[in-house]
Amino acid sequence: MNIHEYQAKELYRKYGIPVPQGIACMSPAEATAAAKKLIDETGNEVVVVKAQIHAGGRGKAGGVKVVRGVDAATAAANEIFGKTLITHQTGPEGKVVQRLLVEQGLAIKSELYLALVVDRESRRIAIMASTEGGMDIEEVAASTPEKIHTISIDPAVGLQGYQVRQLAFGLGLSKQEQKNFSKLLGGLAKLFEKEDCSIAEINPLILTEDEQVIALDAKVNFDSNAEFRHKAFWDSVRDLSEEAPTETEAKEAGLSFIQLDGNIGCLVNGAGLAMSTMDTIKYYGGEPANFLDVGGGASQEAVTQAFRIILESDAVQGIFVNIFGGIMRCDTIANGVVAATKELGLTVPLVVRLEGTKVEEGRKILDGSELAITSAATMAEGAKKIVELAKG
Amino acid sequence: MSILVDKNTRLVVQGMTGSVGQFHTEQMLAYGTKVVAGCTPGKGGQSLMDVPIYDTMRDVVKQTGANASCIFVPPPFAADAILEAVDAEVPLVVCITEGIPVMDMIKVRRVLDSQNKTRLIGPNCPGVITPDQCKIGIMPGHVHKAGRVGVVSKSGTLTYEAVGQLTALGIGQSTAVGIGGDPINGTDFIDVLKLFNDDPNTDGVILIGEIGGNAEEQAAAWIKEQFKKPVAGFIAGRTAPPGKRMGHAGAIISGGKGTADAKIEALEDAGVKVAPTPSDMGTTLQSLL
Repeated sequence: MNIHEYQAKELYRKYGIPVPQGIACMSPAEATAAAKKLIDETGNEVVVVKAQIHAGGRGKAGGVKVVRGVDAATAAANEIFGKTLITHQTGPEGKVVQRLLVEQGLAIKSELYLALVVDRESRRIAIMASTEGGMDIEEVAASTPEKIHTISIDPAVGLQGYQVRQLAFGLGLSKQEQKNFSKLLGGLAKLFEKEDCSIAEINPLILTEDEQVIALDAKVNFDSNAEFRHKAFWDSVRDLSEEAPTETEAKEAGLSFIQLDGNIGCLVNGAGLAMSTMDTIKYYGGEPANFLDVGGGASQEAVTQAFRIILESDAVQGIFVNIFGGIMRCDTIANGVVAATKELGLTVPLVVRLEGTKVEEGRKILDGSELAITSAATMAEGAKKIVELAKG
Repeated sequence: MSILVDKNTRLVVQGMTGSVGQFHTEQMLAYGTKVVAGCTPGKGGQSLMDVPIYDTMRDVVKQTGANASCIFVPPPFAADAILEAVDAEVPLVVCITEGIPVMDMIKVRRVLDSQNKTRLIGPNCPGVITPDQCKIGIMPGHVHKAGRVGVVSKSGTLTYEAVGQLTALGIGQSTAVGIGGDPINGTDFIDVLKLFNDDPNTDGVILIGEIGGNAEEQAAAWIKEQFKKPVAGFIAGRTAPPGKRMGHAGAIISGGKGTADAKIEALEDAGVKVAPTPSDMGTTLQSLL
């Protein structure tokens, strides 16, 4: 799960990580007031107006303005607010800016990069730091990997002093900067673990002339699996306008759903089978309209809901249900398919392939339903049939 | 004889009294698995389907000599259940639970790496089956057939798919192992391949991977160096959109690895024959025997 930069920075403050003074704003008028307040408090005319969307690359897309004075801040806020930003992470449709962060301007001496991630290889939290701050870190990794310093945290003992020193010397920090960096990194490591993050990235992490180390940007992603530990807090920071409505709806029904561009809706159990069902549809010349994993314990209602979500897209010209039941019972799926078909008055072709636990019961339910359902014995056969039927 | 489990396996089910645990315990018993105990704290002394229930895993091992565990405990308590099984020195722990926080698995993995009594399969996996001898997990037993082909997979349903195809072709399986799709798990492809390599009753292997991480690339490198038997492969997710559920900074450590195409290339380079669609996994393996 993603949160906004200003929310991540509030969390950083809680863990003692220095961030610029800033105020989150829900309108340009609020931004004007915020700029005035910051200028009054800091005595510095320079403020930064930043678009708050769940995507990187905002600066390049014109979503970040460094300005001098309240009037300029107002103008910047008016320009950015409501604008559709298109970055390499938003997709071609872009994202509309509905929130702003107004921050104090800081005199930057240099820009660094710092990130904590879950490293699947070492099976630990890895910390990456680089002197190449403000850059696209993937480019740095590809062109000058030696400029990225990496350590991993042993969960038995936590982050150690020598590891922080390794990074600090790698970054060429002064003695005072090392001290500040050490405090910041300790806080970030603690935050990462306690808040169940999957990513905590600061790009750039800045050094100021007075040897401060400050998180100028802040990105935090949470591990969705840990929602049960943070439900109230996550609900309070979740911005539903940033999430595809169908994906949110699916999540509430316990389904894993991703909208795609094609015309063949898929309803599958298991992530691997769902992905390879898409692959197979494509292999036979079709285009999947979605990824949908109904998971292990889906109820009849969840299956009906899955159908409803698939059919919300006007692009869908056929549906392929592909089930190999393990935890998922074929009779449950079959009942859901029948209920959904009756309730929603299905007008597009439907191909169903059932296999596995309670398969006989499932097939009986479908056969007894007298609905126009085309059955298939294998995934390949089902994919071929639905691709043909969807062509009309 | 097969790997990991056989007719001598004595199973305890952790979380047997929950609805999912109960349903699948019934299925495992029906398949012929020797389920000797259940473990549910607070329900010790009771029994379910004639299987005695104990409060702690130490009790289970002491009283029943269980040598394998299957976990159906919900995500908030699953890591604790795994660690309790490790503490009781159960040799094989199979965790079916989906949705365990990564932070919990980092700690579990650290404990697993510091001992040599327990092997964990999963989490978020369908389990392990040696057909006609022992089924631990949630796979539909009837699609399996005893024989000499091993299956190892990250995906539950794709494992059933592969097994179903083999059985339809008249090719039986020695053991099918689902290692699970979580980023941090207990057993990886190479661990299972090593066991198949040393098993005189396994003639060939189907390996099923999916996008993300680089376990498939590592397996490919190991196969190239060490594996003596034919391998058919499949990688799910060729058409998956990038960036979904995979973080920006997460991709950096594996240095551009993780796409289906990169994995397929690595496997083919190691001499693995990769099936063009998931429906061809069985015939691809057949062509190698």
